[in-house]
Amino acid sequence: MPAGTLYRGREGMWSWVAHRVTGVLIFFFLFVHVLDTALVRVSPEAYDDVVATYKNPVVNLLEYGLVAAILFHALNGLRVVAVDFWDKGAKYQRQMLWTVMAVWVVLMAGSFYPILEHTLRTLFGS
Amino acid sequence: MSAESNSVDLTSSSSQYSVENPAPFIEAARARTKRTPRGGRTNFEMQAWVFMRLSGILLVVLVLGHLLIQLVLDGGVSKIGFAFVAGRWASPFWQVWDLLMLWLAMLHGANGLRTVINDYAERDNTRFWLKMVLYAATVFTVLLGTLVIFTFDPNIQ
Ligand code: HEM
Repeated sequence: MPAGTLYRGREGMWSWVAHRVTGVLIFFFLFVHVLDTALVRVSPEAYDDVVATYKNPVVNLLEYGLVAAILFHALNGLRVVAVDFWDKGAKYQRQMLWTVMAVWVVLMAGSFYPILEHTLRTLFGS
Repeated sequence: MSAESNSVDLTSSSSQYSVENPAPFIEAARARTKRTPRGGRTNFEMQAWVFMRLSGILLVVLVLGHLLIQLVLDGGVSKIGFAFVAGRWASPFWQVWDLLMLWLAMLHGANGLRTVINDYAERDNTRFWLKMVLYAATVFTVLLGTLVIFTFDPNIQ
């Protein structure tokens, strides 16, 4: 275990772990995503072919997972900024984390159908 | 030795120090001395810290807006294709949006990964090469993405 990576546990540490894991995940996705988008410079067919993978049900579900990761990272990132710049930020960091989680749950629930509509229609639509 | 100081657990070396024989002065860990490398005298780490927060705030709008348009509105992923991209990049507004998002997200993510590498890669060589790979991948991705946005041709072929 590298020195200095064990912290004090509880919400503060676990939100930091989740922020780090999601940040790294998003970065790797972004790298791939710029590469696939670059295919618009090759031909419309090449681009539409690669976008077809994004429409595959399994990949569509992964997109929902990607949105979950980005939403957490974005909302918790705003919490980190508030802890650093708001004078009561450190005092309310736990309450802010639970607010982040509540907003996250609401947005995830609200976007479930719109994001997976394509898959739900191809699998169960008539 | 007086009776009071016997309650303190003195080690053989520290017990030798006294007013007449003071312990050697040790420089505070982060104090800047003549031997501090030049590179350590800039504010780079502080600027990077500020950049993470400013870019993060901008990315909330850029990235969540992007996800809303691409994955949530108008049938989600169904509508995406060459024609959809051509339609959006016909407008300078969305070109600037995507360009800003590309640069900010790549620099924010790369700086974040630099921190992660510094934290976990303990061997000097490993750390150095991981960061070189990271910087190369970042420069390549940013340039490729920028080129694609600026040279996009809706009538290709
Ligand atoms: C959507 C809005 C975003 C916000 C508000 C945000 C906010 C932040 C903040 C404030 C930090 C600094 C945390 C700290 O110093 O402790 C951070 C770290 C990081 N972010 Fe973001 N970010 C966003 C998007 C992204 C994106 C798109 C990526 C990937 C390309 C990303 C990757 C990272 C990484 C890898 C770290 C380093 C994590 C660590 O050191 O533990 N972030 N983010």
